[in-house]
Amino acid sequence: MLQDRKSFVAWLQAAPMMLIFALFFMLPLVFVTIVSAWDYNEYEMLPALSLRGYTDTFEGCIAELPGLCTILKTYLKTLKLCLLTWVLTLLIGFTVAYFLAFHVRSKTWQIVLSLLCTIPFWTSNVIRMIAWIPLLGRNGLVNKGLQGSGLIQQPLEWLLFSEFSVVLALVHLFTFFMVVPIFNSMIRIDKRLIEAAYDAGATGWQTLVNIIIPLAKPGIVIGSIFVITIVMGDFVTIGVMGGQQIASAGKIIEARLNALQFPAAAANAVILLGITIMIISALTRIVDIRKEL
Amino acid sequence: MIMSKSSKFNRGVSRRAVLKGAAGAVGLAAGSGAITGFPYVHSADPKVLRYLGTAVNAGDEISKKCLADTGIKIEYITVTTDDVTKRVITQPNSFDVLDTEYFSLKKLVPSGNIFALDAKKIKQFDNITPVFTKGQLPNGKKIGDQGTAPWKVLYLEGANSKKFSTTPTEFVTLIPTVYNADTLGIRPDLIKRPISSWSELLNPEFKGKASILNIPSIGIMDAAMVVEATGQHKYADKGNMTKAEIDLTMKIMTEAKKAGQFRAFWKDFNESVNLMAAGETVIQSMWSPAVTKVRSMGIACTFQPLKEGYRSWASGFCVSKAVSGPKLDWAYEFVNWYLSGWAGAYLNRQGYYSAVLSTAKANMTADEWGYWMEGKAAVGDIKAPDGTILEKAGSKRDGGSYDDRMGGVACWNAVMDENDYMVRKWNEFIAA
Repeated sequence: MLQDRKSFVAWLQAAPMMLIFALFFMLPLVFVTIVSAWDYNEYEMLPALSLRGYTDTFEGCIAELPGLCTILKTYLKTLKLCLLTWVLTLLIGFTVAYFLAFHVRSKTWQIVLSLLCTIPFWTSNVIRMIAWIPLLGRNGLVNKGLQGSGLIQQPLEWLLFSEFSVVLALVHLFTFFMVVPIFNSMIRIDKRLIEAAYDAGATGWQTLVNIIIPLAKPGIVIGSIFVITIVMGDFVTIGVMGGQQIASAGKIIEARLNALQFPAAAANAVILLGITIMIISALTRIVDIRKEL
Repeated sequence: MIMSKSSKFNRGVSRRAVLKGAAGAVGLAAGSGAITGFPYVHSADPKVLRYLGTAVNAGDEISKKCLADTGIKIEYITVTTDDVTKRVITQPNSFDVLDTEYFSLKKLVPSGNIFALDAKKIKQFDNITPVFTKGQLPNGKKIGDQGTAPWKVLYLEGANSKKFSTTPTEFVTLIPTVYNADTLGIRPDLIKRPISSWSELLNPEFKGKASILNIPSIGIMDAAMVVEATGQHKYADKGNMTKAEIDLTMKIMTEAKKAGQFRAFWKDFNESVNLMAAGETVIQSMWSPAVTKVRSMGIACTFQPLKEGYRSWASGFCVSKAVSGPKLDWAYEFVNWYLSGWAGAYLNRQGYYSAVLSTAKANMTADEWGYWMEGKAAVGDIKAPDGTILEKAGSKRDGGSYDDRMGGVACWNAVMDENDYMVRKWNEFIAA
């Protein structure tokens, strides 16, 4: 009896979140999936089962073998950008978190410095992105500086509207999403463990690999989930910094929406979601976040 | 967790204080008359029209002048070209008056969300330039009809018809307000030689310095102008290609892209201005006001007339099917005001063309009319509507007179029958 009441209260407590989750996440997702299987014309969705959204998406994939069709090329490019961004944000984010957690001794300074990391977030994403353009352009500050110092004769074209500038902007925008969870994991590592390792004669590297990284794993995975999901769906950063010339999975969805081809856009969204879920579940295989937290 | 640290800063705000604040806000709202509980007296209703359109035509000056002249308050809902169409289809009740382009009508009219306007209630309808009604200049010269030319989609078969009429009827889809003939923008200071053909866009001389717009339905028209100019294919109708023609066009563009011809693509006005002003590109598809903007920054930029002609566009006003009663009268009043001259002159001074030439002319000086419309050298300085000097005395407009420019139209912005296929091919081009 008491057990029943307890579980009822627990359900009741979870209910608001469940309701919001169901209403604003699950339900739209179900709609998107249903719509993705509809037919469409120039100006409306036709509620009849048609997998045209999917077949159009993979158009030419078999005919073009061994070459890659548009959708595969696009996903490969998206994954490449995602991987590069992930590796860089992880390296930088881990280093920053390590510095904050183990080198900064006072709690106050830890807070002050981590708050400093948030300053870029006081302006919008788009502005932080656009700020790179006058810096990296053909006649931008970097090229002017390099030419002035005689290091190069011709301006470097690959600085802007290239994969380089896309990854640079993505790393700039999203490193913070790595810093916070990793720092959060590190701060809870018992300092006595590190002292014990030191006393037992472990080198700094051994301590890092055998103690800090394993214990910071949940933070690393959570940060990775943030970065990967954002980058996989991004089309604004890749659009602006890539000069609208680099395709991404998000960009295809946007182009379809703009052409009023909602079922095709939904089909692409379902495909993107599927791939992202696969990556995330692979990550959570490596670390059981629920157990670690 | 680091976030929990911040909770100590929140301790100062108690639940009681929040409740007090909320109660105060309610009181304030009641006091201000926001909550009265009584029905409105209808005659006191302000005349408000929700105006959906792109930023290009959402001029503050126009809405102010309109309010002063007619008492109609314009509420702008400013979105991108693509979003205008999306909104009409998905939320037809969220606007009253719609500012859109003729080519969108092929999507909008079949959706049944557009009200057929009565031509008899439009006072200046018979004075609208024959460019729209007959596809010819006032002097009788025929102009290009490739693509979604306005006269193909101007009339409906009946009040509730979703079909375009090929012959004039009294049911009008879209009252034209503004249009222009687009071409390539160039940086004459960086190119240093005359440019006379669309084919120059793919000239390897400008490798890494060219750009085209990434709005598929317009971008492909520019691409078609280039393909035709290079002599690789002659289209029956650039605005309605066959699948094979789409393949060919995109193949030529893709090869150029792979060879590094394009510096970037652009999607909105500001992007095109920035590319040109920063010297990232020296030749690109461009819109007239964007060229003017670059020039007003003190950077040389020409809206280059080309021998193959122009790609034209035209926009105007539709009314939502959801509009009725007094609102419908205001919508007609607004459209009539718009065509009565002041707004037309305002548009002409920005380098666009107004739909009713006679009323616009009456609102411009002879010198302004000569410069903008007749291709004459300006006698005095030419000023923008906001008073800044656009051109010094003695200069002439790029491309010359109205007759030369509109007479040189080769095609119109379009939605093709194969639009769906075209969008997929365009994605391939971007992914290449």
